[in-house]
Amino acid sequence: MQVQAKKTEEYFIKNKPFYQRVADEIEIFEAAYQQKLPILLKGPTGCGKTRFMEYMAWRLKKPLITVSCHDDLTASDLVGRYLIQGGNTIWVDGPLARAVRAGAICYLDEIVEARKDTMVVIHPLADDRRVLPMEKLGEILEASDDFCLSISYNPGYQSVLKDLKQSTRQRFVALEFDYPDADLETDIIAKETDIDKSVAANLVKFANMTRNLKGSGLEEGASTRLLVHAAKLMHSGIAPTTACHTAISQALTDDSDMLVAVNELCSSVF
Amino acid sequence: MNAKTPLSSEDILKRLDIYLDVEFTFYHNEQHAKILSALPLTQQQYILAWVQRTASTHHELGYQFMAHIVDILNEIDAKTIEAWALHAMDTYDVKGLYPALEIIRNVSNFLQLSHEKEAGAVLEDESAILLHFVHGLSGRKLKLEEAEQAYTDTETIFLPALVAPLKNKKENFKLYKVMVAYCWAQSRFGTYLINLYTEVENSEYPEKFIALFHAVETLRLEHCLARELPGLYRQLCEIKSQLDNSTLDLQWQAISDQLQSEICTANDTLDIVNQYLNQLEPFTPYCYQGLLQPEITASVIQARINEEKKQLKNILRKMQDDFDEGKEPKPPQKMPANERFDLKEIKEHSSQQDFTMELTLDDQPIAPPENAKNLMSSILQDLGEIPDEYLVAAGDGEYDPSFFEEKEEDPDDVWKVPYHEEGAFLYNEWDFKRQNYRKNWCAAREKVVKPIYDNFVNNTMSKHGKLIKHLRKTFEAMRDDNKLLKRQTNGDEIDIDAYVEALADTEDGSEMTDRLYMQMQRHERNIAVCFMVDMSGSTKGWINDAEREALVLLCESLESLGDRYAIYGFSGMARKRCEIYTIKAFDDNYDEEVKARISGIEPKDYTRMGFAIRHLNKKLLDIEAKTRILITISDGKPDDYDSYRGEYGIEDTRRALVETRRAGIHPYCITIDSEAKDYLPHMYGVAAYTVIDEIRELPLKVSDIYRRLTT
Repeated sequence: MQVQAKKTEEYFIKNKPFYQRVADEIEIFEAAYQQKLPILLKGPTGCGKTRFMEYMAWRLKKPLITVSCHDDLTASDLVGRYLIQGGNTIWVDGPLARAVRAGAICYLDEIVEARKDTMVVIHPLADDRRVLPMEKLGEILEASDDFCLSISYNPGYQSVLKDLKQSTRQRFVALEFDYPDADLETDIIAKETDIDKSVAANLVKFANMTRNLKGSGLEEGASTRLLVHAAKLMHSGIAPTTACHTAISQALTDDSDMLVAVNELCSSVF
Repeated sequence: MNAKTPLSSEDILKRLDIYLDVEFTFYHNEQHAKILSALPLTQQQYILAWVQRTASTHHELGYQFMAHIVDILNEIDAKTIEAWALHAMDTYDVKGLYPALEIIRNVSNFLQLSHEKEAGAVLEDESAILLHFVHGLSGRKLKLEEAEQAYTDTETIFLPALVAPLKNKKENFKLYKVMVAYCWAQSRFGTYLINLYTEVENSEYPEKFIALFHAVETLRLEHCLARELPGLYRQLCEIKSQLDNSTLDLQWQAISDQLQSEICTANDTLDIVNQYLNQLEPFTPYCYQGLLQPEITASVIQARINEEKKQLKNILRKMQDDFDEGKEPKPPQKMPANERFDLKEIKEHSSQQDFTMELTLDDQPIAPPENAKNLMSSILQDLGEIPDEYLVAAGDGEYDPSFFEEKEEDPDDVWKVPYHEEGAFLYNEWDFKRQNYRKNWCAAREKVVKPIYDNFVNNTMSKHGKLIKHLRKTFEAMRDDNKLLKRQTNGDEIDIDAYVEALADTEDGSEMTDRLYMQMQRHERNIAVCFMVDMSGSTKGWINDAEREALVLLCESLESLGDRYAIYGFSGMARKRCEIYTIKAFDDNYDEEVKARISGIEPKDYTRMGFAIRHLNKKLLDIEAKTRILITISDGKPDDYDSYRGEYGIEDTRRALVETRRAGIHPYCITIDSEAKDYLPHMYGVAAYTVIDEIRELPLKVSDIYRRLTT
């Protein structure tokens, strides 16, 4: 297969991503989209926020522009900047500006990681004005009806430094995500990875054990994503305990006692 | 004399006389000295060093150590000697002289035990892992404790201190794990849903009854474990095949098959026991089986049931109040007050671990808070259901709002009872003579300084008004500053100067640089600092005033700087009464209360520094910061009522500072002392330190030192 380079705003999701609905999140998202309301996805890591966005982009047939936020992300990284080409300067749109122009869905993943001053640039887009001021260019970009802004964050990292400002969070419709319940999660893993349902059920049982440890030694329990990783390894013929050790335990912690304990839990289940 | 010539018997005797204080203790060492004189020098020195170290704890301990070591010199290696002596000294610390002497005298027992320890698993070493393990298994936070035999009272799992029947540590650890899982299974799969205690009481043959019940229940639980934790069950079978006669006879096999189904409960076990009580002998207990303690367990469960009922009703009340609050005016109550809450089972679940009931209030589903969920699943484990009477919100009489506040014992109350260690933070202390730690030696507690609302802070501010202005200015200059880096290869904006130059360069034919952008670089001061202030009696007067003034100035400066900081005072009397006074915790704002606490700092008792350093180290490590600093302010030598004085105190303080440094915290010590003492470089050598000889300078100096430290 040849690698294709596409402009971000031309990135349509063609194949239906597998997403298992948990409650009425799909209807709510669609309603918010119709009403041009921005959306905030809350939830622990690896519980399906990003997958949900892909699914919704596919469903609404809109391009999806994802920006993973990091602590060096500046406003110009989102809006755009001047670059020098030959003897001239040219303006290059950032991903947010591209999404606004193209009427795409812009998804800012882990928004709290971004610098606080960065978050402010999305404010005019996130209320009823729906405009993106581009100061350096001296323009104001009006969003079309197709444009949609959504952000995600993980309330689990309760650090004072990484909290969403009220002025930001009060602009959004919030959808809460959590790990699905045991049966549903088993289904998800079995469907996503083609492993036997009984194995998937055991994986979920193990995951719930690690989630029991949240707060008493672990920062987070094993996410659905990690379970999928482990299941995929198993599907390729890796022994279940080895798969869990490498894909789950090691990903969860570096603490040696905890590592042993988690591995023991794992070998108890399989 | 040749350096390698062994010591003569006289030389040894001389040393022993000093170590054992023979002038007062009248020990006779001649015989021992003679035996020692036949040994090579290195061995002599090694033994003498250990005699000195043990004798520093107690002369008799040292003497007995000397007396016994000469007998077993050939059977014991250096490492074991060390372990033996340390074990004896630790025992002395905890239990006193006689148990410690017993360990010295009974050296053969110690040797055997240490062989066992070599191959066996030791609870102390494994408990951290086992605790995580059992917490992972279930929601209820079971505890682990040491006991003669394994059993559980449904809140704590008791385990033997050492298990060693299998060939190596790894295998023996597995046995521990199986014991833990088995005890867990008892709670999890409802062994105690039946009231075993009354059953035993009512039985004609209580002993036989309990043994038989234990045997049958073990078979049932094995089936449960096989279903729930197949991997663990495999290990259990492996261990059984090595240690137990694991084949059941026909009759027992039939019973086991009877209990295989998922729907079997402890009641089925009970039926079988009653049916066969006279016809069946229990099989030899399995190695992991431990004991059943119906009486202890019954009382623990009863206490918990009562407590949890109260808790649940209180939480429901709160939920109900919150629920009603949103509705104004109050809707007419359709239902009587005691039927507003209801529980419905949602569906049969594959894993019973989840809470599968749906709680409704006035027929509307309501999500219980996390603590209510945990409570309900705990009640389910005890009772098998949640009785209707539990689902009534607490009435006005029962409602206890204080239930939602965190219960905190008043540290002062603890001194009134003999168990000073309960709930205290225990810290090791370095005994330089022993060259080792005294374990859990200090019992430290946190107290809050009693605030005094007076004009102290305001007076200080006006007294040092000029200085404060100056400090604020200098500290503000240190704040996070964004620096614009010019001429970068990439950045947010174009550096026009660089660009113009570059264009000029191109015109005259030279190469154009690619450094044409400007970048905003942010310097983050990610600093957490903890101040540890001497509140000992010797600070009374001038020093105390100066300390308090210094703290006010410091707070003013730090507020303008924005670094995270905490202030604690320390004092105490003897090792069981070490006190840490909170003046400002990291989360506290610099508000009126903190100001009043600064004003309320008063001289207390003695200066024991080690525990305070260790305690604050722990505090600092809990804070997420790139740079952590511990600054101690004291007025001189560490000194306490018990033996914490002179070299001992200095060495322990020094050691605590070494620990600080090792933990990645920067220690800095400020001493107020008019005569620069010669011990300071040694004690504070590991940290950086300053001696302030003029007390009046302290307020200015502290802020100034901090500024220099962090830039």
